[in-house]
Amino acid sequence: MEKRVVFKSAWLPYALVAPQIAITVIFFFWPAIEAVYYAFLVQDPFGLSSHFVWFQNFTELFASPEYLDSFKTTAVFSVLVAALGMSIALLLAAMADRVIRGSLAYKTMLIWPYAVAPAIAGVLWAFMFSPSIGIVTYYLLKLGLNWNWVINGNQAMLLVVMAAAYKQVSYNFLFFLAGLQSIPRSMIEAAAIDGASPVRRFWTIIFPLISPTTFFLLVVNIVYAFFDTFGVIDATTQGGPAAATEILVYKVYYDGVKAADLGGSSAQSVILMFIVIALTVVQFRFVERKVQY
Amino acid sequence: MAEIVLDGVTKSFGKTEVIHPVQATIADGEFVVIVGPSGCGKSTLLRIIAGLETATAGEIRIAGKRVNEVEPKDRNIAMVFQNYALYPHMTVYGNMAYGLKIRKLSRADIEQRVQRAAKILELGPYLQRKPRELSGGQRQRVAMGRAIVREPAAFLFDEPLSNLDAKLRVQMRLEIQKLHRELRTTSVYVTHDQVEAMTLADRMFVINAGTIEQAGAPIEVYDDPATLFVAGFIGSPSMNFLPGRREADGVEVGGGMKVPLPEALRASAPQSLTVGVRPEHLELGGTEGLPFRLNVETIEALGADSLLHTNFHGTPLVARVDGHAAPAAGETLTFTVLPRHLYFFDTASGKRLRAGR
Repeated sequence: MEKRVVFKSAWLPYALVAPQIAITVIFFFWPAIEAVYYAFLVQDPFGLSSHFVWFQNFTELFASPEYLDSFKTTAVFSVLVAALGMSIALLLAAMADRVIRGSLAYKTMLIWPYAVAPAIAGVLWAFMFSPSIGIVTYYLLKLGLNWNWVINGNQAMLLVVMAAAYKQVSYNFLFFLAGLQSIPRSMIEAAAIDGASPVRRFWTIIFPLISPTTFFLLVVNIVYAFFDTFGVIDATTQGGPAAATEILVYKVYYDGVKAADLGGSSAQSVILMFIVIALTVVQFRFVERKVQY
Repeated sequence: MAEIVLDGVTKSFGKTEVIHPVQATIADGEFVVIVGPSGCGKSTLLRIIAGLETATAGEIRIAGKRVNEVEPKDRNIAMVFQNYALYPHMTVYGNMAYGLKIRKLSRADIEQRVQRAAKILELGPYLQRKPRELSGGQRQRVAMGRAIVREPAAFLFDEPLSNLDAKLRVQMRLEIQKLHRELRTTSVYVTHDQVEAMTLADRMFVINAGTIEQAGAPIEVYDDPATLFVAGFIGSPSMNFLPGRREADGVEVGGGMKVPLPEALRASAPQSLTVGVRPEHLELGGTEGLPFRLNVETIEALGADSLLHTNFHGTPLVARVDGHAAPAAGETLTFTVLPRHLYFFDTASGKRLRAGR
């Protein structure tokens, strides 16, 4: 039996998808094509003249130590965000899975941070850890720790990682919890009777069984750290100090908008596009297919 | 090998008591089947023995030792689950070896035990396969293998055959029987299927609403049920029940028909009685016994026998007759029942009337 809806009218289906197509074309395809076009141009800072330079923007980028540093920063940042966000979420989900009384309230509250806008989350953390007025800074100082992310690059990185991971924990938590709850109880009981301690059960039975979820989240988290953390960074460190937290996305914005290097910025976004495409391929090739065990 | 004792074990969830004090002993090497309808508490009882649930009161002893506070892994039991609960990411070998690795057995020991179990269960060719590459029956065998390799004091089976199709169920039932004959390990087997209970048990506990209504060898329970529930639950098709009213030295069972009440029961018999008769005891064309005129409504021809669904003054009665002697639907025929094949129950309490009580 044909399950799809079949339209008799020739134009109605097109009319129905037209708004979606219009939005995609105007807000996604058009800017993307523009970016590709600009990537081959050099423009003067006032935008009065531009000329075609082939791949010069790209060769300059890969010759620039700042750009290569930004790659490294991005790699460190996304690995840390994914690792921190996922491990905390897994820990919380494993605990929530055991809670019986009040579990609904507990779960609901754990999901809240996901509703916080990245910029707000960034400001929140920036305030708490502010070198001059932050409450956490105050206690760290009492412990004898000198906390000043405005001048210390590693601390700045730590701050943006925490702020970015904080938001992602909720999302990861939801998926991990669903993954944990899909494991049949009797399997855990069988392992318990077989003599496995809770920790051993977790690593030998539960963790392998949720590996499809883990892999899916890994890709999602890396995509998030790469592309959706602009707000966090802009609201806190703005890439500083000394570009210590300048991830690729932030550099695209900074070079294009602040430094008025439209060509270089466009070339960077073209490179980012390729990264997105690669990650999407990974996601579809490996995540959609169930991880085999 | 061990004896399992349940001494006044009860279980409550909140305020609801789901298992009323249970007093039972499972002898060393015995195969006990706990049978009852769904929701009667039989699985809960098994899980209490396993240590997956805690008893609210009472004591559980395995091999003479109180185990209430002992973790499942230290009770020296192995359990076979209804959905097999195999570890999907491990091979058959890995599944069986898992518990042994945790118990830190030597490699050679593990190898030897797994190979032995694989031989008993004919799993040899499948040791390197994953559970998803096996059929239902093979998975069930792996689950049993996982229990066997542990060489536990007792096997606990939680409805192990209910996920299999009918044919496989019969086959696995025989295999479990054979296995128990070879290993002679104390076994507790939970099922809702009275056929499994009848065929597997050395002794069966018929459980209803959290109470063991009767314990005994299958044929004893079948021939001599203690309550209405047991009489109706054990036996397929189940016993026929006729509502009756005490009338002098007999019982009126409908349509003016009176059956004699045995002398020994007369003293204790209440006004309201239920008379039971098994389908195979309604004899077609017999000359002896009490005659019942029954109108045949439908016939289930099973081959060797036929089940005649009849009506006796508004009460449905099933008779089991020879497959070749089956009459046509719509006929009214005379069946006879020998008085010694009648069971009398107190309708109010559900208890069987016994002489001298």
